[in-house]
Amino acid sequence: MTESKIKMVEPPEGVTGEGFFATKLNDVVGMARANSLWPLPFATSCCGIEFMATMASHYDLARFGSERVSFSPRQADMLMVMGTISKKMAPILRQVYEQMAEPRWVIAVGACASSGGIFDTYSVLQGIDKVIPVDVYVPGCPPRPEQIVDGVMQLQELVRNESVRRRSSPEYKELLASYNL
Amino acid sequence: MALETSQIQEKITQKFGANALNFETQKGIFSFEIASDSIHDVIQFLKEDQDLNFHFLTDLCGIHFPDNDEKHQFAVVYHLHNWIENVRIRVKTYLTGNPEVDSMTDLFLSSNWMERETWDFYGINFKGHPQLKRILNMDEMISHPMRKEFPMEDSGRTDKDDRFFGRTTINS
Repeated sequence: MTESKIKMVEPPEGVTGEGFFATKLNDVVGMARANSLWPLPFATSCCGIEFMATMASHYDLARFGSERVSFSPRQADMLMVMGTISKKMAPILRQVYEQMAEPRWVIAVGACASSGGIFDTYSVLQGIDKVIPVDVYVPGCPPRPEQIVDGVMQLQELVRNESVRRRSSPEYKELLASYNL
Repeated sequence: MALETSQIQEKITQKFGANALNFETQKGIFSFEIASDSIHDVIQFLKEDQDLNFHFLTDLCGIHFPDNDEKHQFAVVYHLHNWIENVRIRVKTYLTGNPEVDSMTDLFLSSNWMERETWDFYGINFKGHPQLKRILNMDEMISHPMRKEFPMEDSGRTDKDDRFFGRTTINS
């Protein structure tokens, strides 16, 4: 076993004894969620091309537990919005977000998804956070695959430390209510 | 025999007289202006006349001239193409500040979407269009964004300070 190059996730803090391991449920759930984030790509333009590179063998997002790209919002954990979202497309993005099951996270990849980017114009949504809550913003126009991987790792950190009760907390409900979700 | 511009001019003037004016060649394309109430007849004549035979509508678009007088606030431009002779022409018609013009959908099916687009961006009303509604912009939009009175920028933008983009006169 000492020769093995397989990298395992460190177990959470806990008490080990003969035949048992005691730890907090929060930590176990967080670890499990963080290392199996299924992405739902919502790609409209050049950032989507960078995402394809991120998923492909060289950068290989599968190393982070995101092997299966889910093209159904119902089975996805992490919505990755990549590219310019026009105002006409905003309701569709919202619907996709609404169809995702809790817990769900959102990464805005690139300048357009984060703020509208160079498209400060009447037809373009000035950042997807106008219609859905966003957890991680990845800057760049378009960002390099390294940056997207870093964004996913930042999100993993969020997920790992998220309380299992967060999604039923009044603060979270208030957040959703502020988006009329 | 190739279709000469003088021949087109002669035919149009003969049939429509004073309703057709300003014949000239602009950027290599023969162009003229038609009074807005006879534009449908002119396009129909251009399409159906055996010699002219402009049977293809390449493009249809609007223009806004806010500085012009009341009768020349808007223009609709038709680009027609005769495939047999490979001749193109440009037909313009000027409209008032409350722009209305006859739809070409009965002559060219392709004008359906182009007229919807022109309605969407300029608010030009095409009379007789079967389904005049927005095509590119979101349905909830109330402005016609290519009209000069509407700003190009989105007013919801919060992360841009106008002073750094040269949009305010006072740069302090």
